[in-house]
Amino acid sequence: MSKTVATLNYRQVISKAIAAAMREDSRVIFFGEDVAAAGGAFKSTPGLLEEFGPKRVRDTPISEQAIVGTALGSAITGLRPIAEIMFADFAGVCFDQIVNQVAKYRYLSAGQVTVPLVIRMSNGAGSGFGAQHSQPAENWFLNVPGLKIVTPGTVEDLYGLMLSAVRDDNPVLFFEHKNLFSLKGSIPIGEAAEIPLGKAAIVRTGKDATIVANQQMRHYAAEAAVILASKGIEVTVIDPRTLVPFDDEAVLKSLQETSRLVVVQEAPPSGSWGASLISRVVTENMELLDAPPALVAAEETPVPYAAAMEEEWLPSVDDIVTTVEKLINY
Amino acid sequence: MNDDYCKMLSLTEGAPADAEELLASMLSIRLFEDEVVSLFAKNLVRGSTHLCQGQEAITVGIAGALVPGDTMTCTYRGHGATLAHGSAPARAFAEILGRSGGLSHGRGGSMHFTDMANGILGSNGIVGAHLPITVGAALSASHLGTGAVSVAYFGDGASNIGAFHESLNLASVWKLPAIFVLENNQYGEYSAQAVTTPIRRLADRAAAYGMPGVFVDGNDVVTMREIGREAVARARAGEGPTLIEADTYRHSGHSRSDPGAYRPKEEVALWLGRDPITRLEQAILRNNPEASVNIEAIRQRVQKEINEARDLALSWPEPPVEQRFEDIYA
Repeated sequence: MSKTVATLNYRQVISKAIAAAMREDSRVIFFGEDVAAAGGAFKSTPGLLEEFGPKRVRDTPISEQAIVGTALGSAITGLRPIAEIMFADFAGVCFDQIVNQVAKYRYLSAGQVTVPLVIRMSNGAGSGFGAQHSQPAENWFLNVPGLKIVTPGTVEDLYGLMLSAVRDDNPVLFFEHKNLFSLKGSIPIGEAAEIPLGKAAIVRTGKDATIVANQQMRHYAAEAAVILASKGIEVTVIDPRTLVPFDDEAVLKSLQETSRLVVVQEAPPSGSWGASLISRVVTENMELLDAPPALVAAEETPVPYAAAMEEEWLPSVDDIVTTVEKLINY
Repeated sequence: MNDDYCKMLSLTEGAPADAEELLASMLSIRLFEDEVVSLFAKNLVRGSTHLCQGQEAITVGIAGALVPGDTMTCTYRGHGATLAHGSAPARAFAEILGRSGGLSHGRGGSMHFTDMANGILGSNGIVGAHLPITVGAALSASHLGTGAVSVAYFGDGASNIGAFHESLNLASVWKLPAIFVLENNQYGEYSAQAVTTPIRRLADRAAAYGMPGVFVDGNDVVTMREIGREAVARARAGEGPTLIEADTYRHSGHSRSDPGAYRPKEEVALWLGRDPITRLEQAILRNNPEASVNIEAIRQRVQKEINEARDLALSWPEPPVEQRFEDIYA
């Protein structure tokens, strides 16, 4: 069987993934601001209106509450909507719909309904969009049971996780990192490439330390791993890919060998997935660790605009290298 | 009575053939709510409740214009709407009492009634949050071609929240089969409409969304049903949504803790004189002075049914505590 692959970038694969999901299930519809005729504010959804028509691919008003609430109402009555919130920061505009409505609808109905919907959002810093258009917003939703949270960091993962997210009977928040839009990768043509939610990717293996990082930071971690290898330190890099459910098992398994944990995240430490992961490991699996775990995170400030300031705000490859070395020498 | 309702009061022209059924439905809600008051006094109800005595004609009238397959959402003042749309009183009581036989097995409480078998998509604890969900149900109906209409009941207070604007705008621009029923009980929680809202006729807001706005006597069940039928016909014909402002009054305060002391005595007396149940009874008696026997028999029958429903609900056990982990995810 010949395996044909298409080389695409992260931005291009968004529409490929949505199209694949829409082709396999006529109940899947897609709507959001400027997503249809204009092909998306980030040009990540061109061609969908042309292929699937105006009933299944719809432009909405600038009405985030209506977008999410309409997706919810349609999800509990027979459709499987994909809704787009242009920037993840705008989740603040429809926070009630996501947190009080979408997340709790099945629970409050005692299982009378399922909520098969996906909310896609452009996420993260590094592109100079300023404090209201750059936040890694995934952390806002961590302590809201009922949501799944997906943060793809590669072309392959974006495609495969999108297929899973749309097929899932639960609400999925799907964060696409806008600073990865030009990242290249390959997807299989004409065959399923589903990647299950809750399964981490082992990016690299090494015996000296475990680095857990997602989205942009996964790539920083991979760079750091190369530098560390040149210094004789071999690290494992794990990309959790989904934050809820989280693949604790992959991390614990790696720690059995490395005994050192560095978590790298593009968000301030407070109330974050990295802090939660470290808390779980320390409270439940302290015996695995030979050194205190470290969290390499962004600073506790809004995301600054100026290039040099934003670069300082973000964790750097250097920060990761230094932190791993510190743990090795602990 | 106000002389500017959209139609002359049809009740003044006599009662319809099925007046006694309408009376029984309204009485069922009234006596249910009265019983909730006494359950509360016995300390059998947790948190709060929001009762709808005085507003029964709206939901009974609208429900009478619908058919199975149509859907409904409502507010936390939603016991009446849920009963009008077909839920069993025993299961409603049990939800308020936190018993296993409740609509959501006691996981929701007074503000969260869902009964999908009767098209009841859920009452909602957040003002206005169910309006976009209603739009979503209408989108499903439109997309799947089911012919169903999607009704939302909400208060005058909700017409000042952003989700109202977003929902009516989106439903209208997509010409969805939705009916927005504004129960104007004159007070948004503790505040009179004039304090919070610069216009008197909230139906006028429909003009901003390019849909018909109808102001109607909400204490006239026959008129409510007639207006409901017109809106349903319009929705089913693909002509889009309607906003119905139903003028009414909340006999009690906002919630359990509110005696409603801020309301002038004369105003309360005026509205008690417009009680929708008394008015229907008077119309029945005008048609047939001998019917007082029937009315008394209906009262006794409904009271017996409500008592039996209450006793049945009280006979059910509390839900097993393990069930709190169920239905968070599908």
